This record gives sequence, C-alpha cells and structure tokens, in this order.
Amino acid sequence: MISFWIILTGALVAVSAGLLGCFLVLRRMSMVGDAISHAVLPGIVIAFLISGNREPLTVLIGAGILGLLTTFIIEYLHKKAKVQGDAAIGVTYTFLFAIGIILLSLFAGQVDIDQDCVLYGEIAYVPIDTIITASGVNLGPKPVYLLGGLLVVILLFIVVFYKQLSLTAFDPGFASAIGISTVIWHYLLMGLVSVTTVVSFQSVGAILIINFLIGPPSIAYLLTGSLKRMLIYTVIIGTLIAFFGYHIAAYLNVSIAGCMAVTTGIIFVISFFYTHYNTRVRKKDLVMNKTSQPVETI
Amino acid sequence: MMQVLIDFFSFSDPNIRYVVLGSMLLAASSAIVGVFIVLKKKALIGDAVSHSVLPGICAAFLFAGSKNIPLMIVGAFISGWLAIVMIDFITRHSKIKKDAAISIILTVFFGLGIVMLTYIQHNGYASQSGLESFIFGNAAALIGNDVIVFSVIAVVLVVIVIAFFKEFTLMAFDEPYAKTLGLPVSRLELLLTTLTVLAVVTGITAVGVVLMAAMLITPAAAARFWSDNIRKIVVISACFGAFSGLAGAFISYMAPAMPTGPWMVVASSCIAFFSFFFAPGRGSVSLWWRKRQHITDLNRRVG
Amino acid sequence: MNENNVLKVNSLTVGYTWKPVLWEIDFEIPQGKIVGVVGPNGAGKSTLLKSVMGVVPVTNGSVGIFGQPLDEVRKRVSYVPQRESVDWDFPASVFDVVMMGRYGRLGLLSRPRKADKEVVLDCLEKVGMADFAKRQISQLSGGQQQRVFIARALAQQADLYLLDEPFAGVDAATEETIIRLLRKMSEENKTLVVVHHDLQSVKKYFDWVIMLNVDLVAYGPTETVFTEENIKKTYGGKLTFLSDDGNMIADLYTIQEK
Repeated sequence: MISFWIILTGALVAVSAGLLGCFLVLRRMSMVGDAISHAVLPGIVIAFLISGNREPLTVLIGAGILGLLTTFIIEYLHKKAKVQGDAAIGVTYTFLFAIGIILLSLFAGQVDIDQDCVLYGEIAYVPIDTIITASGVNLGPKPVYLLGGLLVVILLFIVVFYKQLSLTAFDPGFASAIGISTVIWHYLLMGLVSVTTVVSFQSVGAILIINFLIGPPSIAYLLTGSLKRMLIYTVIIGTLIAFFGYHIAAYLNVSIAGCMAVTTGIIFVISFFYTHYNTRVRKKDLVMNKTSQPVETI
Repeated sequence: MMQVLIDFFSFSDPNIRYVVLGSMLLAASSAIVGVFIVLKKKALIGDAVSHSVLPGICAAFLFAGSKNIPLMIVGAFISGWLAIVMIDFITRHSKIKKDAAISIILTVFFGLGIVMLTYIQHNGYASQSGLESFIFGNAAALIGNDVIVFSVIAVVLVVIVIAFFKEFTLMAFDEPYAKTLGLPVSRLELLLTTLTVLAVVTGITAVGVVLMAAMLITPAAAARFWSDNIRKIVVISACFGAFSGLAGAFISYMAPAMPTGPWMVVASSCIAFFSFFFAPGRGSVSLWWRKRQHITDLNRRVG
Repeated sequence: MNENNVLKVNSLTVGYTWKPVLWEIDFEIPQGKIVGVVGPNGAGKSTLLKSVMGVVPVTNGSVGIFGQPLDEVRKRVSYVPQRESVDWDFPASVFDVVMMGRYGRLGLLSRPRKADKEVVLDCLEKVGMADFAKRQISQLSGGQQQRVFIARALAQQADLYLLDEPFAGVDAATEETIIRLLRKMSEENKTLVVVHHDLQSVKKYFDWVIMLNVDLVAYGPTETVFTEENIKKTYGGKLTFLSDDGNMIADLYTIQEK
C-alpha cells in the first residue's frame, strides 16, 4: 500500500510537471523552469517560518510569489538592464537559492526542512502524512490530494487555453500579431511551474523536479511531431518513470527521486538511439535519391 | 565583531591564510574562464558541468572506500567532461535543443550522483561527511596542501587563457569565421571545455556543486558592465571573483558550521546587481540618468 | 582541370535529414571575376558558401580551390559571413575585429607584430573606416559593420573572397564603397563570389552569375546567362515581367526577402 501511494505521488508530480514542461521545452525555456525550481527555496523557507511548518496554503502562496518574482527579475535583467539571457537566469536563481540555503542554515532548528530534503525530497515519508476524517477514516496522504488538485488545475488550464498555449509556443511573433499577449501566457505558465515546484518539493526536492519538468517532454519530443501526442506520451512516460524509479530505488535502498532521474536517463538513451538510427537511414536515402522537391518560391 | 574582523584580517593564523588564499584563487580562476563562457552564451553549460561532477566524486569515493581528494578530483573531471560531450552529442544528433539537453544531462547525472550518495549513506561508510561538503561547499576545510594544488591549477588556467587569448576571443565572437581561417576550432573548444571542468572541479570544494555555476557566470556578467574591452573585462571579473572568495572565507571563519558556497554567491551577486544598475556607461540607472540629462539639455536648447 | 579556374565544384550535394539544400551543383569559376549568386530564400546560397568554406559538412560531391582541397589553400581564401551571424554587442574594437583576419597567418601562440598592425590599418583605410579603429563595434551602424567585416577579410590578403549578402541593409554610400572596392580587387585579379538578394543590380555589379534554387539553374557570364527564362526557372515563374527585353531588369518586380 505504501509503495502505491509513493508511486502515485511520483506519477502525479511527473504528469503535472511534464504537461507544463512540454511548453517549456517547445519555447526553449527549460532553463527558466530550472531557475524557478531553485529560486522558490527562500520563499518556502520563509513561508515555513511564518506559518510554523507544513501549512500548505501559505507555503504555496509564498513560493508562488517568489517564482513569479524570479520570472520578473530575469525578464527585467534581460530586457531592460540588457544582461545577456542565460547570464540573467544564472545570476538570479543562484542568488535566490543561495539565500534560501543561508536561511535554512540560520533557522535550522525552526524549519522542518533539511538540506537533504532540499536536494532530493523525502517522498518515502509521503504516505505517513495522511488525512483522517472526523469519523476516523484514513483518506490517504495529504500530498496526494494536493497534487491531485494541482493536476486538475493544470489539465483544465491546458485544455481550456490550448489554442493560446500552443500558438505562443510555436509562433510567438504571429501570436502577438493577432493580439494574444505572449507576456501574460509566459507569466501564467511560469506561475503554474512555481506552484508545481513547491507542491512537489517535499516529494522530490528542488533539483530533481527539473527531471520531471524537462525529461518526459523531451523524450516525447523526440518521438513525435504533434503537440497533442507529445502531451500524451509525456503522461505515459512520466508514469512509467515513477513506477520503475520507485522499484529500482526500493531494491537498491537508495534515493527514490534520484532513481527516477536515472530511469529518465535510461528511457531517454533508448529513445535517442531509436530516433537517431531512424534519421541515419533517412539520410542515406537522401544521397541515393532526391527525396524531396526544390524549395517553394515566393 | 570588531575583534573577529581584526583577527581575521591580520592573517596571523596560517589556517586563515590558506582558506583565504585558496578561496580567492578558486573564485578568481573560475571568474576568468567564466568570461569566455558567458560571451559564448554558454553560461548554463557551467551549471550543467557543476551538477554533473557529483556522480564522478561519489564513484571515486566508492572506489577508494574513503575520502580521497585527488581521486575525487579525477572522478569529477571525467564525470563533468562526459556531461559536456553528451550535451553536445544530443544537440547535434537530434532535434533536442541546447537548453533541454543541458537540463536533461544535469538532472540525470545529478540524480545518479544522489543515488550514489544515498547508497553511501545507507551503507554506513564512516567518512561520508567529507562527501557532503561537496554539495554546498566548505572553504574552512581547505588546508595547506589543497591551497598548493589550487594555486597550481589557477596558474595553469591563467597561463593557458593568456596564451590562447586571441583564439578564445575570436571563437567567442565568430566561430564559423575562425573555422574558415583554419584555426583548430574543435581542439580549442576542447581546451576551453577542459579549463571549465578544471575550474569547476576545484571550485566545488569551496562553493559546492549546486552553486558553482554562479562562480563562473556572475562575476563575468558583472564585469561586462564596467568595460567594453575584453582584456579589461577578464581582469575585472577576476577581481570580483577574488572578492567573493574573500567574503566566503571570512564567513567560513566566523561561522564554521555554515556552508561557504551560498555566502560567496551572495557576495558575488550583490556586486553583480550593483553593476547592472549603477555601472557608469552600461548600468540601467546611469543610462536613465544620462537620458534625462539629454532631454533636459534638449529642452533648454529649444526653450 | 583548367589551371585558370579558381573555384570548381563537382556534384556538390548538401542536405540535412531528408531535405536537400543543394543538389548536385556543378560549376567552375575563372579568375578575376565578380560572381553573383542569386536565388530565392532557402535556395542554398549561403549554404553554398559555407560548404565551400567547410563550415557546413558536404553530403556528397567535391570542391576544388585553385585545383586543391580547401585545407591546402586556406591562406588564399577569405569568407565574409552575414552581418547578423554575429552579436555586435561583443566587447571588441574595430581594430580588434579586423586583426582577427590575421590570425590565420599568425599561428596559435604568437602575438600580432608591427607588420600585422600596418596591414590592419591599411585595410581599414581601404573601406573608409580608418578613423574608427578604436571604436566599439556596438556603436557602429549597419553599413559600418559591413565594412569592418570586409576589412577583416581583406586583412587575410587572400585571392578568393566569398561574401554572404554584403549589400543587405546597408546605406547607399556603403554600397558604393563596397562595389568600388570589389571592382578594384577584380582588376588586381582577385576573384569574388557574392551572395546577392537584389535582382535589379545583378547586371550592374556582376560579370558572372550563378543562379540557384537547390539545383543549379544556370551559371556563366551575366549577359548570356541572366535571361528572363532563367530568372523564371530560378524563382519558380511567379514573377511578373512588366515590360519586354531591354529594360526588363529595370522594371523587374524586386523580390522582397525575409
């Protein structure tokens, strides 16, 4: 039963992060996602301090604010202060993360997070934190409900705003030309990424959330050219990773989140060589015979 | 507090000398290499390398059975190198873009490192705490021998950068053109990569794996705002790096239980943010002020 | 192979996964000509230059320069990339950039000598940028940037020059300066291959022309090769010709490229 909850939690994290991650990968904003997942740390620590630990709503808000703040700072540095793009990301998130670690050290006694947790979470403890109703029924772990709720929000977001999201991902120029504000969708997306990071924090930690954010979407990206299919593949791959990752970790008695990352790597390698081989075959075809017409003109 | 400051800066304690010198050298050499990385717009590769050295370090630890610094440096080097090669390979041979490739390699390698770390922890290896200090850094642990090693590496880094300065500059500016000139572009690229991994591998002892990227990126990004001459930028970057190294060493002295990495990053970042806004010439505030002056001037002339 | 031929390309094919960018290109260019390369967007014009220079890998076919493979004659060939291929916000001065043209001759660990500095200043003089030597490249206009790129190429003291869209987005004065310079170089028996986007100036600027649209449509002396029929073939027949031969070019619908 415990393993079921753990795998379910992992799968929920994987799917939530993965669905959002598809848009990050397509918009070449993987590193911004990476930055946000680090930068929310001080927000989490402060929220824990203020709320006296594990009060989900305050933590969510606090960290969500910080995630948006990070996005804003990065944008500002890049666009207004003319700091080079990737440098802006690097400077901002390392600064915020460093502050988070300092706060953790300073308030070590008062905050219920330790450095290990920051790194790779404690998903194994998830099943313990359960909801028990007034009549004594054990409904299961709190994080699962939190994550479940988040996933519902994310699914709604993607389904309802699918046109805008896909357009701003594929052709931002055209999108703004027809009046869709790329800025709003950027912030909305990053806002959801922040929230997802925070909610998943205790499960997989700050650094390994990127694995779920970018891993399954990238694998899906390799395997298909259609956004819809990419989203579906991401869900499947994410769930597989949660499942296998947990079992390997249980067998070896090591970090569960770490194993999930390694599993992602293995699946990636397999997919990579599969598509690479396919491409090689096609290129040989090119030299043998001309397989396409000249470029369409004007 | 005053007494602590005096004690520290009198440098009478050889330990303090080692820690300060070591930290400053590490930070300065990373900052120098960082200039070229940032100018090539490859800043976040530094991030990938930093996270990716973890499995190498853990593997070396497992292999040696205990904390063996030279072996761990070699392990880190191999691991970091492999990561860069793989990022390049992925980008070149699939439709995955650079940013996603970096993220994937970063988490997979780091995840593997964490797996190994937890394996070490759960199997009761005695001296693993030395291992953990690689994650967030502990400059206070620097001893005389370490400083000698770092000094040598720092000197090597600086000498190579000076020797190949014009080539590195050209490659950062216009790599395809460099190729047409017949410059051995791939080998030079290899060299810069090696320097980067070397800088990372030595830097993580003070700053740690997670924040190392900042040591490469932040001083360089800040230095760009103070000059338009690449030679001056490299020098300024080294100075900014050295200063953050000093700050980190000082904090480490005051509070040995605290990890030094975050403090060095905070010091470096403060310099950076100040530069972004207030550097004469390129700083936002300076530009805004000049624009205002310009408009006032215009108004005066017209009115 | 005719010793007088500077650049000879055989069955050159360059492609990515399943889409060819250049398909079985064959041509030879004699020395001392100014050659224009024209074709619609995506026709492979830039790729042609890049594959000759080894910047882009060749899928099939061969390239001979002065009768030899590129690596033997690098010192005699110079490449001017498109202006936007570089971030002009880079911290370098005009002098620094032009000096880069000497790096091929300098070798890896050596420093520029007085002779090199004189060559750089001389090249800056030739493009009319001698006063700008210390200027930061971020402060230059488009036309000035283009001139710096050309000065850099001149500093290589090569015999064959490949230029990618040197007239794109430059002011009229710069365009004049560049074409005058190219003509002078041609008189000194240098060969120039220029990717060009403006059909109206082809007859005015180029002795020879290569007309490309993934396939080679035609190449040779401009008078004989740059005909209405060939232009139609290159651009897919979607041009409207507003008057008949003679003043044809003057009235031609100018292709607006992205």
